Amino acid sequence: MSVIPKVHQQVPTVAPHANSAQPRSRSHITVRGLTKRFARRTLYQNFDLDLPQGRITTVFGPNGCGKSTLINMIAGLLPIDSGQILFDGKELRDITFGYVFQNYREALFPWMRARDNIAYPLRIRGASKAECNRRVEELAASFDIGFDLNLRPFNLSGGQQQLVSIMRALAPNPEVLFLDEPFSALDYEMTLFIRDRLQAIFMETGITMIVVSHDLEEAVFLADEVFLLSKPPTRVAKVIRVDPQRPRTDQTLSDPDFVATKAECLRVFQQEVRR
Amino acid sequence: MSVSPKPPTYAWEFPDRIKATLSHWGRLVNAYTSYFQIYILGPILLYSIWWITSSAELVSPRLLPGPNETFHQLWMSVVYGDLLLDFWGTLKRTLYAFGIAAAFGIPIGVMLGASRKIYGSVEFVVDFFRSTPATAMFPLFLLLFGIGQEAQIAVAAFAALLIVLFSAAYGVINATKTRVLAARVMGANRWRVFKDVMVYESLPQTFVGLRTGISLALVVIIVAEMFIGSSNGLGRRIIDAQQVYDLREMYASIIATGVMGYSLNLLFIAIERRVVRWIH
Repeated sequence: MSVIPKVHQQVPTVAPHANSAQPRSRSHITVRGLTKRFARRTLYQNFDLDLPQGRITTVFGPNGCGKSTLINMIAGLLPIDSGQILFDGKELRDITFGYVFQNYREALFPWMRARDNIAYPLRIRGASKAECNRRVEELAASFDIGFDLNLRPFNLSGGQQQLVSIMRALAPNPEVLFLDEPFSALDYEMTLFIRDRLQAIFMETGITMIVVSHDLEEAVFLADEVFLLSKPPTRVAKVIRVDPQRPRTDQTLSDPDFVATKAECLRVFQQEVRR
Repeated sequence: MSVSPKPPTYAWEFPDRIKATLSHWGRLVNAYTSYFQIYILGPILLYSIWWITSSAELVSPRLLPGPNETFHQLWMSVVYGDLLLDFWGTLKRTLYAFGIAAAFGIPIGVMLGASRKIYGSVEFVVDFFRSTPATAMFPLFLLLFGIGQEAQIAVAAFAALLIVLFSAAYGVINATKTRVLAARVMGANRWRVFKDVMVYESLPQTFVGLRTGISLALVVIIVAEMFIGSSNGLGRRIIDAQQVYDLREMYASIIATGVMGYSLNLLFIAIERRVVRWIH
């Protein structure tokens, strides 16, 4: 089943970005005929998906439906059995993308300072020391971080480490940013802070973000579109547009529109769980 | 109908009075002792037992000289004798053997670990020789290198090499999967993943191997000095003292050997703390 994203008309507070000449709901990532089996279980069978460009898309669904598996396959961390995944018509190896792991403790390199961690994807691409430094300072400024980037990861708090992971993923100016349950290992305070920073970065850059989430409120809060998945064999049960304008704040959480959207998501989710 | 759970009964219960007394004294000891006092309690206890045993002649003084006499002998041998020469000879051989083991063991181990297939094919051989006591190889190495310190160093190096190699390979194999994936997802090629991630990931395990390796090298060197012709070294000194029944000298040399082993261990822990700071 293919999902055609509805045209989003209400984007006044979103800053324009490089691709603003194109219609904003254009599909960025297209998945066609994706099949993935594990041992005896078929997780995805002839699965189609279109993820919109320049939007935050969150993926939500019942346990074991393969949310993380899906973005891991799209990001090339897991092999697929068959099917095609294209980014604006290009293969994965021809694009720049960022990936933020759920477990920041195991994803950062503890033998490097935080700044070297952030610069690592740039170093791989052969950037000079000066270029790296400039980019790190740029990111530090836009994230408005309040800690010393010369520290090593194990001297930072969990939230700060995840912030460093996100900065590392953003360093090479990716076209797409994947986040696999980025808040699940964080305390509430840090979740709120990083969620705000992510939204600010999104409004600044308009980068396509795909977020896997296990928390419905968080999924709806961040998203332009929430993709609700079914139980395996997994399909897209419903795509729900989230309308409240950005920047969304704590007040958004009690906004009637927002509450209604969340309720609708929950309804679909429950229906899928019981199916 | 509900039955209220009966309190469990035991055949015998620790008397409350004794329990109270014990915990009272335990708390007192905790309140008035620092970590340092606890730390030196063991050595003081050993010294006391040794002193009491020898001065009460519970063991024949021909077999066990008192601690004061032994330490006096150690002092005399260091200052007026040639114990330091023997100490240096043993240390030098141990470091040579260890150096060879590290220089070959680490790179080969890391390379083996990086390729599952090659590792699988040599795992049995490495494991087999690692489990074979190195001392069983003395005669072979004597044939190969002749009588002298070359043979001693070679056996010790061989023993330490296998341990270092195995640990380094093990460290690489058990590198945190997420970090390897993270590097790969950022676009690092195989070589970069290897040098930027795998090598660092293997370091903690490699250090464990290095520490075990140098201890084993010392063991083998001491035994080799005793039984493979050697004109100096602490092993030689210990066996010479034993042959002429100079037990003070023998105990003093044993203590010197212990000092060497312990110092090497401390040195390696210090280096390890500095290099792999993310573990501690």
